[in-house]
Amino acid sequence: MLAWTIYISFIGAAVLMLVNPRHRLVVRGLALGTAVAGLLLALLGVLEYQRLAGLATIVDCSWIPALGIKYYLAVDGLSLVLVILTGLAAVTGILFSWNIEERVNEFFALYLALIGGVYGVFLSFDLFLLFVFYEIAIIPKYFLIAIWGSTNRQYGAMKLALYSFVGSAMVLVGLIAAYVVSGARTFDLVELARFNPFPASFQLWAFPLVFFGFAILAGLWPFHTWAPTGHVAAPTAASMLLAGVVMKLGAYGAMRVAMTLFPLGLMKWQPFLAYLAATGIVYGATVALVQRDLKFVIGYSSVSHMGFVLLGLMTLTEVGLTGAILQMFSHGIIAGLLFAVVGRMVYDRTHTRELARLRGMNLGRLMPFTAVAFVIAGAASMGLPGFSGFVAEWQVLVGAWHAFPGLAGLAGLGIIVGAAYTLRAIQQTFFGDQSAGPPEAPHDLAPVTWPEMLGVFILLGATLAVGLYPRVMLDLIVPSLNAPWMQALVGGIKP
Amino acid sequence: MISNYRALLALLAPETILVVTALLVLVADLGLLRGRDPRRRATVAAMLGGLGCFLAMAFLLQPPEPRNLLDGMLVVNPLTQLVKQYLLFITFGTLILAVESRCTCHVGEYFALLILATVGFMFMVSSENLLMIFVSLELASLSLYILTAFARQTLASAEAALKYYLFGGLSAAFMLFGMSLLYGLTGEIHLADIADHTRSLGLDPLLILAMAMIVVGLGFKIAAVPFQLWAPDVYQGAPVPSAALIASGSKVASFFLLAKVAMVGFSGLEGSGGWGQFQAGWVPLLAVLAAFSIILGNLAALAQQSLKRLLAYSAIAHAGYMLTGVVAGGESGLVSLLYYVLTYALTAVGAFGVVDVVEAQAGDDRLSSFAGLSRRAPLMSFCLLVFLLSLAGIPPLAGFFGKFYMFSAAAGAGQHQLGMLWLVILAIAMSAVSLYYYLQVLKQVYVSAPAPAAGRLVIPLPVQVVIACLALSVIILGCFPNLLAGKLLLAFHGGH
Repeated sequence: MLAWTIYISFIGAAVLMLVNPRHRLVVRGLALGTAVAGLLLALLGVLEYQRLAGLATIVDCSWIPALGIKYYLAVDGLSLVLVILTGLAAVTGILFSWNIEERVNEFFALYLALIGGVYGVFLSFDLFLLFVFYEIAIIPKYFLIAIWGSTNRQYGAMKLALYSFVGSAMVLVGLIAAYVVSGARTFDLVELARFNPFPASFQLWAFPLVFFGFAILAGLWPFHTWAPTGHVAAPTAASMLLAGVVMKLGAYGAMRVAMTLFPLGLMKWQPFLAYLAATGIVYGATVALVQRDLKFVIGYSSVSHMGFVLLGLMTLTEVGLTGAILQMFSHGIIAGLLFAVVGRMVYDRTHTRELARLRGMNLGRLMPFTAVAFVIAGAASMGLPGFSGFVAEWQVLVGAWHAFPGLAGLAGLGIIVGAAYTLRAIQQTFFGDQSAGPPEAPHDLAPVTWPEMLGVFILLGATLAVGLYPRVMLDLIVPSLNAPWMQALVGGIKP
Repeated sequence: MISNYRALLALLAPETILVVTALLVLVADLGLLRGRDPRRRATVAAMLGGLGCFLAMAFLLQPPEPRNLLDGMLVVNPLTQLVKQYLLFITFGTLILAVESRCTCHVGEYFALLILATVGFMFMVSSENLLMIFVSLELASLSLYILTAFARQTLASAEAALKYYLFGGLSAAFMLFGMSLLYGLTGEIHLADIADHTRSLGLDPLLILAMAMIVVGLGFKIAAVPFQLWAPDVYQGAPVPSAALIASGSKVASFFLLAKVAMVGFSGLEGSGGWGQFQAGWVPLLAVLAAFSIILGNLAALAQQSLKRLLAYSAIAHAGYMLTGVVAGGESGLVSLLYYVLTYALTAVGAFGVVDVVEAQAGDDRLSSFAGLSRRAPLMSFCLLVFLLSLAGIPPLAGFFGKFYMFSAAAGAGQHQLGMLWLVILAIAMSAVSLYYYLQVLKQVYVSAPAPAAGRLVIPLPVQVVIACLALSVIILGCFPNLLAGKLLLAFHGGH
């Protein structure tokens, strides 16, 4: 059933290519229908999954026997959380790109192809298959940004494509080496993790190769520089996807492949990577504090929040890892919302993202709905209790406190700076200088449309639901983390 | 031994049919259609040629008894027949492209030479005997030299042909010298017998010289660095169908030949190319050629403004990738190499087809001429996207699995586990570089706006069908690599 999330997205993309772009409503409707169907399938998957325990196989058949490659789709709690996130991001992304007019069928076709690749990564348990889906996602990203993007789009798109491709090249080297060294003629992730045929000396260099390869896409400091430029250059829906799910691809891959397969390497590199993650938290937050472009603020905040994911992964404690997964979900939703408000609701109407200019516009009065949405999203992003971000970051901090007390303090500092830049952005965008004379804003700001409202409500609902009742997610995450084949993660492994 | 000529003819049926077809094309064109509209003559010639290809293919379909006649003069086994089928398929595509290319008024000669070159390729695939190897190589090469020179109106074509011919003649001389040394050392011309002698000889200095000279000759054919100088000019100057054939059929046959000469003729002299474990032999020699081809091809391609030159440098880089397959050796090395070179040939023909279509209307093949192609010819643009991304190695296209298969074979090759990993790392790193220039082309096609006056391109239907079929096969072979890889594996084992 869940496998159809992948197929339906690709079928939707193929059908959209054939539709005449002049029928915009048909194109949008088809795209939205496909994404909603994907989300519904994902939610149905939750119901189906709760009856099964552990890892549920969806499809498992031979694909390329010459190399022992299988077409192996499966799902466990961790994938399920991210599949739901993908579904939500896909649906809301389409709602927030309702105003795309130019080459609209190509836009949504590429969008759905990207979504299909993302679903595929989260559901693949054969390394080769996972890698195939991972690379499928690269090309649509490039075109989405290069064709429909804004500031510096050619540069941002190429930078993102090359960063991703270099990352996946590193992963590819690691995969090939692992295949040769294991001698098992299989890419089955579960089997490889269970029997772990890799000698310690090999893991020592294979782990960083694969981990960094994936973590480039997760925005790990100092390989994060694609993220702010890419986010800023991208059209709204693509920024939402980039921050919402694509960065999670990286983190997921780093966890699922590098950390699960090479536990001995992980133990060696754990402290170093934890430092990088914590540095990313503080660095991203500090840089966000001084940005002049509103979208850059959100872009750097993504680097900071993804730092929490990576720090959580590096704690190797149950609570920290749970927090990391939850943070992936939470950041996907909140960053999506922030980018939607900034890109679609503010920039598309005012045609500027300069904080200095926005300050003079007094937008809080002119766009009350937008202002409220941004304030609530900002609150969620700061990690206020009641929102998903709080549950996630708090768990990461607890985990970090056990593993690296000093870094936990540093991350806490990051949260404080985070509150500062979020408040600064809110204040300057919507509640600017009221005494500075007549507002220079155009008075014909278009009213908020129904797709935008719907999108805001869906995303806010999701972050509130998880924030108020985190067990919906925790019940999926915790048992999967304790699955026997994932034992290398929780508590680590002694050489 | 073969008992009579009828049985010999049965084994040689496909080649015979093609030769007859070539003659028929000549007769029909020169005798019956003299003075008619060149387009009409080309259509007739392509139909005749296509018919010949299909007839020949029909003879290749039934699995043959593995035969090795007259000391390797003619070797027939499931693997050779499979490769020949693909060669015919490629030639068929080239013939269709040539109909619309209108590069010459000597239609009959052009089509006959395309077919004769194919005969040369097929003999290259089927011979394991130094004499036959040289003769078939020359048949193919001479045809290709003339095919390159066919656009007589353009200076570039003449320059390209002259370069190709001079370099080719020189390297053929080297190769012949190498072969004569080899014969002098061993007294044999059959590859398998040579191997028996060389194994006991060890690495005699003369033998090394012979090996190096043969590598020079074949390195020229596959355009590996440092024998690549002719490639960019030929790809750019030659009529597009000729360039397509040089990039596809010639590559397939030459790589098959190179793999055979190295793996059969010099078996026992592999040496080792592992990092820090260098040991003289053909493996380190080819590994070094591979490394330089990959580096130079990819870096030089970055600077190109003409798509045909870009494809030429990318072909040099791909020759380097394919050499890693030869270096890997053994079953997985050969099978992955064949998978790679066959799918590469499909993409090369397709990409040249699209270039031809655009060049016919824009007048040149500069990247800027491709601006906004996606709105002027959506289907062709999508096909070009498929071809270029397959060359870059993006899944789920055939080029990706080819690279994966070959690189994993190379990484696992040799006595030392992961010894050849350095070459694999280099190749993968450089393929990340290659994405940049392929994306530059696709950026023009999809992102840039078309020139204001540019309308939709008018593209003949047969060309569209051929290019779309090639793109489709690249996608299908990428999604289901087993269709080809499984067949190759089966043929490999059926042949031994």
